[in-house]
Amino acid sequence: MKRISILAAIIAAAIPLSAIAHKQWLVPSSTVLAGKDAWITVDAAISNALYYPDHNPMRLDNIVITAPDGSTHKPQNPATGKYRSVFDVQLEQQGTYRIANVNGGVSARWDTPESLAAAEAAKDNPAPAAGGMGGTPRGGMLRNATAEDLATKIPKNALNVQVTEGIGRVETFATNGSPSDVAPIGKGLELVPVTHPNDLFAGEAATFRLVVDGKPVAGLEIEIIRGGTRYRNAQEEIKATTDAKGEFSVTWPDAGMYWLETATTDSKTSVPQARQRRLSYVGTFEVLPQ
Amino acid sequence: MRVSVSAPVSIAIGTLLVAPAAQAADLSISVEIPRINAAEYHRPYVAIWIEDANQKSVADLQVWYQQTDGKEGHGTKWLPDLRQWWRKSGRSLKVPVDGITAPTRPVGKHALKLDEKHPALAKLPAGTYTLVVEAAREVGGRELLKIPFEWKGKTPSIGKAQGKDELGLVTLSAKP
Repeated sequence: MKRISILAAIIAAAIPLSAIAHKQWLVPSSTVLAGKDAWITVDAAISNALYYPDHNPMRLDNIVITAPDGSTHKPQNPATGKYRSVFDVQLEQQGTYRIANVNGGVSARWDTPESLAAAEAAKDNPAPAAGGMGGTPRGGMLRNATAEDLATKIPKNALNVQVTEGIGRVETFATNGSPSDVAPIGKGLELVPVTHPNDLFAGEAATFRLVVDGKPVAGLEIEIIRGGTRYRNAQEEIKATTDAKGEFSVTWPDAGMYWLETATTDSKTSVPQARQRRLSYVGTFEVLPQ
Repeated sequence: MRVSVSAPVSIAIGTLLVAPAAQAADLSISVEIPRINAAEYHRPYVAIWIEDANQKSVADLQVWYQQTDGKEGHGTKWLPDLRQWWRKSGRSLKVPVDGITAPTRPVGKHALKLDEKHPALAKLPAGTYTLVVEAAREVGGRELLKIPFEWKGKTPSIGKAQGKDELGLVTLSAKP
């Protein structure tokens, strides 16, 4: 049992963009605002339950806030706690703000003879879980690596070198006043609104398009889960699949915050060592009652 | 252009009954704000508007909200709590609007009478519409009532709706 959980932790650590990871999310305190001094506070975490911080805080280094005029802003009053990070966003302009955490690039992980020996020793004498990501340390890792990094920074005696490439986007939206168009990014897996993400109501259908590098993707599977999972027995996930135009529709059964996730892979890697490019998308959408 | 919001509803209807048929069309509305026993009571925000057959807002008649700065910021901050009105009209409306936006009102019946020259009604073609009244109260509830009516129909159009929580009796009389 113990060994299985350690193994799972190693896999989870090694494949950060995989769908088997815990749920990542950004949750805004409100999504429909008015007035000259509109603010929201945003929770950012990685958890099992939605939306209860119970695992890890989200790192805020890569949070990008895009204002209606396209300008980008940093989070205000950021703080990271044990289970959750928080930050504020001032909605100074009229229109829709996109708040996103975008991770990606090329990363590499490897073992060394020393790390394998240490892992072997730990197996015989398991240490108590240290919290955080857990798992047995690997020989080393590189984040946001370039082709040159891969050639020069990985030690010659490295074993089991894994090079992965990916782009993961976690985002949410909030609008001050009238909703404005959300400009596509054009890179990675992203959701392009057909129905505006801050114009969602219980009992109504919403349509979205999923694109990779700006091109619609057919056959993508989407999982949607309403928040408040702690207070019900089932996840009650809603499944959807994109059609030939890359579009899917969902009719929201109830009001609430909804977590939407999808992921895919392709072969458009920037370095030959990475066999595939992992692409993931998570969005939080607020659905209001009628 | 102002809306008269003072006469009790009975007088408005009484006027209607004796008015000569040749007079201009008008719309008389009464909205009751009920007395609510609450430890912390705030007057509700209320929006009154007209929707067409496709449930699109075609005319804002009244929006009552706190128009000053309070301890918790300017009153416009809470306008989205009138969430159907906000979606259909409010979020694209630059408040205040003369003759439409007004301060919140106390418990009681509030009557308004709009003639066909009122900016909200001047361009409204004859047809079937719905009067919508939405009320939202700080640390309280929200309620929305609808009354269908005929504008410039062959006969006077009369309707009413009884609220349960945040609204009392709402009546409407549209004179052709």
